[in-house]
Amino acid sequence: MCTDHGCASFIDKAYRCDQPEWAMPHQAEARLRVDEPHEDQLLERPTHLQHTKQPFPGYHQKMEVLLGITGKDFTIVASSKAAMRGATILKAQDVKQRQLNKSSLLAYSGEAGDTVQFAEYIQANTQLYSMRNEADLSPSAIAHFVRGELATSLRSRKPYNVNLLLGGLDPITLKPSLYWLDYLASLAPVPYAAHGYAQYYCLSILDKHHNPDIDLETGIKLLNMCTDELKRRMPIDFKGMTVKAVTKDGVIDIDFDDDKVVKSA
Amino acid sequence: MVGKDCVAIACDLRLGLQALTVSNNFPKIFQYGDVLLGLTGLATDVATVSDLFRYKVNMYRLREERNIAPSTFANLVSSSLYERRFGPYFVSPVVAGLDQKTGKPFICGFDSIGCIDFAKDFIVSGTATEQLFGMCESLWEPDMVRLDLDFRTLFPPGIFFYMMILLKNGQLNHDVECSTIMHIICTSDLNFTNASYQSTFATGFDEFFANNLNLLDDLQCPEDLFETISQALLNAVDRDALSGWGAHVYIIEKDKVTKRLLKGRQD
Repeated sequence: MCTDHGCASFIDKAYRCDQPEWAMPHQAEARLRVDEPHEDQLLERPTHLQHTKQPFPGYHQKMEVLLGITGKDFTIVASSKAAMRGATILKAQDVKQRQLNKSSLLAYSGEAGDTVQFAEYIQANTQLYSMRNEADLSPSAIAHFVRGELATSLRSRKPYNVNLLLGGLDPITLKPSLYWLDYLASLAPVPYAAHGYAQYYCLSILDKHHNPDIDLETGIKLLNMCTDELKRRMPIDFKGMTVKAVTKDGVIDIDFDDDKVVKSA
Repeated sequence: MVGKDCVAIACDLRLGLQALTVSNNFPKIFQYGDVLLGLTGLATDVATVSDLFRYKVNMYRLREERNIAPSTFANLVSSSLYERRFGPYFVSPVVAGLDQKTGKPFICGFDSIGCIDFAKDFIVSGTATEQLFGMCESLWEPDMVRLDLDFRTLFPPGIFFYMMILLKNGQLNHDVECSTIMHIICTSDLNFTNASYQSTFATGFDEFFANNLNLLDDLQCPEDLFETISQALLNAVDRDALSGWGAHVYIIEKDKVTKRLLKGRQD
């Protein structure tokens, strides 16, 4: 507010005031009072903007954990069980995963409505393909299909805000694969991957301990190291993980101890 | 980067979200027939644009029953990007190839809305452009040719020295001129300095090359270009926090394209 000179209230107008800069003692204060908060400080969109799309994932969306690890003959896909809306946990047994066909699994995080809508759209299309052709799409084919859909959506009026991990096992060669996709439709084939804040904690652990020849048991051990670190360092309780693995026997559920207590430093 | 009768294009392999590296196996060079396209910028657009050109070039090949020429492809890139003038793909492409008819090297770069930047030396693009400009500016020279000769086998016994001659503007035919010799590095068991060496032997070079034309077969044009572009790229990305993690280098010659993987620093 620039009250001294009687000019209209906010900072952009204060700059237009006839007085020289040194004659405006309240300018710094005015800058702080500009009523629109910096975008970083927003958890909820302000009411007057709520009809528009949030252009980037909010903090609570980045708090969702998605993890993927490949090994010798398997791909582990894990996702956190907490369904969040702002600072509230609405559900503690959420499964942020969809099985696409016998040998591929899609894990998703991002904006509430978009995630399930998009994942089920992909699921329906891969299943339709399997029915029509009596052959499953390979994980690589699905990954590129998903990227295409997400990339088209990105340039549309209302893009999907979804981050994905696609784990799979090639039905013929039995080679495991893992694809990392973000809401901008960037696609990367990777040996191990994470989404959101989990990336900062888990990727360094996996850099050190992962190698492509590990067996499923070692994979689960690595996953435990990652979740332990997340429990130690992340400021919220993500309510444990849903863990599944794609193996030559199809997609299997993996028992995972969510109640393990990890002491912080 | 342009060499003598060859051209090279190279990229790093990092995919990152600001400071976080997501993947260290994300190539940014795509091959369409004999033409190579490098794309830096937003990863999603790198994929979208490379797929788009794969489609367009395949359609061109079906229609014309021949490969697309580098300069034609450059114009295709330009017009395709300008189509999105007010909602551009966030990429800065680089095109490299050899002219199908004349065999002349062709390179050019673009901004994100398709303005072509033709060059006869080198084109850089991406986060490390400043570093790359510096490296290329200092390492590149026209018609890079390196001639490795063991003069022990060429001169009368008694004079033992090995020299590497870097020819500048080398006319690779009967009349190689002495004035094209830029560097002479000699290690000798006789105490020849460059100056005394030149006064002793330089006048004989015309005659020497005229009599030893078979030596010109040993000229290492593509290898020298490979060395130059690789050193330029690796040393540039080492001074850039946002790129690196290995590299792909393509050398395009008249009858072949060589792709090499450089491991590079993984940190």
